[in-house]
Amino acid sequence: MSTWLRNNRLAALAALAFALITASIALVFFYAPVDSDGLNQKIFYFHVGIALTAYACFAWGGWKALRVLWKGDDSADLESYVAIHQGVIFGALTLVTGSIWARYRWGHWWEWHEDQLVLFLVLFLFYAAYFMLRFSVPAGPRRANLSAVYALFGVALVPVSILAIRRHGPNMAGSQFFTFCVSLAAMLTLAATLYHVELAGKRIDVRLRELREALR
Amino acid sequence: MMYLADVGALARKDLRLELRARDTLPAMLLFVLSTLVVFHFVLPSDSSELAAKGLLWVAIVFTALLGLSRAFAAEREQGVIDGLVLAPSDRSAIWLGKALSVLAFLALAEVVALPAFALFFGGIGGPMIAGVVLADIGIAAVGTLLAAMAAASRARELLLPLLFLPLAIPIIVGGVGASVTSDPARYLGFLGLYDALFAIICWASFEYVVTE
Repeated sequence: MSTWLRNNRLAALAALAFALITASIALVFFYAPVDSDGLNQKIFYFHVGIALTAYACFAWGGWKALRVLWKGDDSADLESYVAIHQGVIFGALTLVTGSIWARYRWGHWWEWHEDQLVLFLVLFLFYAAYFMLRFSVPAGPRRANLSAVYALFGVALVPVSILAIRRHGPNMAGSQFFTFCVSLAAMLTLAATLYHVELAGKRIDVRLRELREALR
Repeated sequence: MMYLADVGALARKDLRLELRARDTLPAMLLFVLSTLVVFHFVLPSDSSELAAKGLLWVAIVFTALLGLSRAFAAEREQGVIDGLVLAPSDRSAIWLGKALSVLAFLALAEVVALPAFALFFGGIGGPMIAGVVLADIGIAAVGTLLAAMAAASRARELLLPLLFLPLAIPIIVGGVGASVTSDPARYLGFLGLYDALFAIICWASFEYVVTE
């Protein structure tokens, strides 16, 4: 069993993500109580979980960026890029789910008073510029350095933006909090799975390019 | 001490270049004045003073962008940046010298722009000027590093606004808050925090932007 786990870590992670997502959907719909906002409040469990997962991805990308600059770790550049890519995907999902929630709560698709949404719009613009930067510099140590410095700016931008666009935490009852934790764990596992899948693909890509260069 | 002498020499070089060639500053002045005139026509005639104060921040940020996009032009076109990187001094001195000259240009542009704003739209208070000064420091610090980054990329001037504007949003929140709310001290404190945090990050990471 343990050797199987070691050889198929990605498959195990994917299975865990699938199980947790199924459990969180079941908990959200059948276990968590419907509160005063009505049924539409259920999207909150996914929305907040996805948002925190996006933060985790950005933080992980920032940590890898620090490794690039600090230790000159070459493989960390790709890892930082993939983590930020996942963060942008989850950030876009945060915007979509938040927008849906705003539509049913206030009747508009966009709500400037919803701090989390505004914050993610700023972060989304910031990290979209990260890709523009990355794709307009030729691959090499220069690109790794520039991307890493910009990713570190992102880590500083998150708390500064939270300060600028003040937000207040939600208060939850016990069963709601448990459901929320399961759905957060599900989203984090899903992000980790996607991170490893994309990283494996990108590594194969790099390896293939090296082999092609060697053959030429 | 050597470090400060290097920074001073680099900043003086930029100011002297500008004094002789007059590339950037007249363009910034003309740009900020035309923007203020455009604002007069953008705002409906019965709009409040607050709206004009908000738009002043748009003018400041875009004027700064205009100056920043030219900040490393001489270094890039004449290959000066390689010489500076090879010079026996700390690389962060390049950033600090350039940021100081950018700050000087921005301050000079605002010495004209703020009285012009007061003349056209009226109402400039002490907290607003303090907010502009603190915002300028943040804009110069972050903008100089991003300008060096953009100069290293293929897209060059096109990339700078994309990199800069998301990072400038907290500056705008703080600056507008300091100029229109009744509690400017909180926003001024926030701007000071932003300046300190990002100046340290820029100072520490500039070396990686100009070297491989």
